[in-house]
Amino acid sequence: MLAVITNMLSMCIPFSVALLLASLGEMFNQRAGVFNLGCEGVMAMGAFVGMLIPFLAGHGGAVSEWYNLLGFAAAAVLGAVFGLIFGVITVTFRAPQGIAGIGLQMFGVGTAGTLFRHFVGGTQSIPGIPDVDIPLLAKIPVIGDIFFSHNVVAYLAYIFVPVAWYILFKTYWGLKVRAVGTNPRAADSMGINVSRTRYEALVVGGALAGLAGAYLSIAQAKMFSDTLISGRGFIAVALVYFGHWHPLQIMGGALLFTLAQTFQTIVQSMGISFPYELAVMLPYVLVIVVLSFTSRNQTTSPTALGKPFNREIRT
Amino acid sequence: MPCSDSFSIMDKIRSLRMEHITKRFPGVLASDDISIDVGEGEVLALVGENGAGKTTLMNILMGLYQPDEGRILINGEPVRFRGPEDAFRAGLGMVHQTYMLVPNMTVTENIALGLGRNLPKRPGHLDLKAVRKRIEEISQRYGLAVNPDAYIWQLSVGEQQKVELVKTLCLGAKFLILDEPTSALTPQEVDELIALLHRMTDELSIIFISHKLQEVKALSNKVTILRHGKVVFSGNTDDYSSQEIAARMTGHEIVLPKNKGTGQKGDVVLSLSDVTVMSDRKIPALNSLTLDVRAGEIVGLAGVSGNGQRELAEVINGLRKVESGSIRFFGNEIANKTPREIIDSGMGYIPEERNTEGIVPPFSIKENFVLKDISSPSFSSWVLVDGKKIDSTAEKLVKRFDVRCPGIDTASGSLSGGNIQKVILAREIERKPKFLVAVYPTRGLDMGAVEFIHSELLKLRESGIGILLISEELDEILDLSDRIAVIYKGSVQRVLDRSEATPDRLGILMAGVQE
Repeated sequence: MLAVITNMLSMCIPFSVALLLASLGEMFNQRAGVFNLGCEGVMAMGAFVGMLIPFLAGHGGAVSEWYNLLGFAAAAVLGAVFGLIFGVITVTFRAPQGIAGIGLQMFGVGTAGTLFRHFVGGTQSIPGIPDVDIPLLAKIPVIGDIFFSHNVVAYLAYIFVPVAWYILFKTYWGLKVRAVGTNPRAADSMGINVSRTRYEALVVGGALAGLAGAYLSIAQAKMFSDTLISGRGFIAVALVYFGHWHPLQIMGGALLFTLAQTFQTIVQSMGISFPYELAVMLPYVLVIVVLSFTSRNQTTSPTALGKPFNREIRT
Repeated sequence: MPCSDSFSIMDKIRSLRMEHITKRFPGVLASDDISIDVGEGEVLALVGENGAGKTTLMNILMGLYQPDEGRILINGEPVRFRGPEDAFRAGLGMVHQTYMLVPNMTVTENIALGLGRNLPKRPGHLDLKAVRKRIEEISQRYGLAVNPDAYIWQLSVGEQQKVELVKTLCLGAKFLILDEPTSALTPQEVDELIALLHRMTDELSIIFISHKLQEVKALSNKVTILRHGKVVFSGNTDDYSSQEIAARMTGHEIVLPKNKGTGQKGDVVLSLSDVTVMSDRKIPALNSLTLDVRAGEIVGLAGVSGNGQRELAEVINGLRKVESGSIRFFGNEIANKTPREIIDSGMGYIPEERNTEGIVPPFSIKENFVLKDISSPSFSSWVLVDGKKIDSTAEKLVKRFDVRCPGIDTASGSLSGGNIQKVILAREIERKPKFLVAVYPTRGLDMGAVEFIHSELLKLRESGIGILLISEELDEILDLSDRIAVIYKGSVQRVLDRSEATPDRLGILMAGVQE
């Protein structure tokens, strides 16, 4: 029994990384007042490009780690470009953000799938990246397996949580991001360029969503398919609300969701007779239930979320 | 660059001129060839009715809007502000009518936001200690106490204004622009502010927008009056009386009507006893509040906003849950009834936020007139509405209440504040209410509109209807009320007869001092 639980918990950290990175990116978008429902599409593009580079370099065989790194970098750049495009649509042209996001999601998922069939074809796997045992710590029974025996990107993603907190709450840029997402008129009156700050946040958010996608294809699944992302981009958006736009709470949400997901896979693999459709539903039901019961705290939320800013239109 | 340098290198502003400023918005000429002139240490009062173009002019001065024509000169040199940051650099600072603060950040963070790049800092890092030091310097120099660690949402309106002033001064303002600075303050706070601004004129020049002529008289050296985007009068304040300035502002003599105390008072029609209600923040907003209003009388509820006025109005109208206590309306219990039931029992309501609670802004004027009665037989049968009936009623009301609008199909949200308030008043009066709750009915309105609304309220009173008038304007309360209740921290502090009430006495009660 202990082995099963250890197994379940040790899957939790690596499987939560994509959600964590994507929702931290979405957090920066939303803190700046832009609601990017296109996260799913950006992740799909990131996953495709991230996988394509090591695949082409190694013709499906082993490759140098540098090609994996190049895959991540390309995914981040592509994600940033998507963030920029989303900025042009929603910040400069002030298109409704929800609709633009749905468009971006469809475009990203569709394009990634089409390009995948053109360049790769059928299911092809890549070697991916190895787990790294942290000396000494990984030897600790149970704890070592759960926390200290993962791939290097997973460690970096978790190190990024306090970094994101620092950026948001302790830097001038973070202050600007929070201001333009809550009271853009006030920020404007203090000489802050609202559009520019929103663009910057969208680029950062897009890059993180691209990385999240690349993590899924390079480190987690070690392959790409049309259904690889399977709603994780939308879950990431929900986790931002779940975590009240705060990096630590978002991390908690990502872990809780992943725990529910690994729990259901374990239940299935153990052959317990339980309708698997219901088990698969569990994590999603959990998100809906928790979202319905979390309080809407007006004092922390970015109240200008979803509203385009126009200086010369008086409200 | 160390911060002290960047704050002191700016030249003093010895003169500021705006020449021939013209600005058009779609369909409106907001500024029409306006020129103003302010010298060193001077205070210019900019007065005028709503929509006269005062705020637009100041937004042009701050670089928030670009003028279509005209120029700005500082110390005789023409300047061009592409945005507020250019105006700050030149030493201008503005305290806006709606405060420009971010509610989910602290006072220090808000000020750091404006100081921005002028702060000494490690790359990217935010040195809040330096900001705090600067706040303390400014606080001491001008006698403006603020708590640097408080979140903005925790502060009262008066405190937020102090934060705004500190912020503007921290940004290095040598020239202050204040847009209706006293509109949300208690009489004591107003006196303090005026004394403070007087002291500041040793170092600064000020432009100050106001409706309140006593303040204009008390503070300004020069006065400029705008009407419909044009300068109609400029002169030295001391040479003219308040009445003369008021007459020039509206174009005709204004005498606000007063309650003469005539007529019969009837029975108690609205009776609140021991009502306790929670605020949005889940703390008690009303604390065992007890208050009676009779038919044919106006009870004025005086108090600093945020002492439970909003919650009181909402609870009477069924918009907020009563925790304990009872509200009897013509003998029937209405606590925790639905708004529909309360409306149908004859309650009229002029809500605090006219744009969000009083009307549906994108709806036309005629639709807003019938909002509460659209399902009644007078405007509809079964599922169909009677368009002709609605049109004729709307035409009649627009005429009777002098709503200035292009037509009854105009979107209500595009009207000025005064006209929106007339639409709401017309709807409520047309419904022939048995009682009226009026919350800040003239907030932000010009003298002409105030005169109209006051006389309508007095007419209602004459016809035997009880009115609960919630207001921060002591003059309004003293002019209209039969009795005055003072609310403080969710309880009625004292109920005075109008004859016993003076502004000073009310001010003391509003500040929470027990007599």
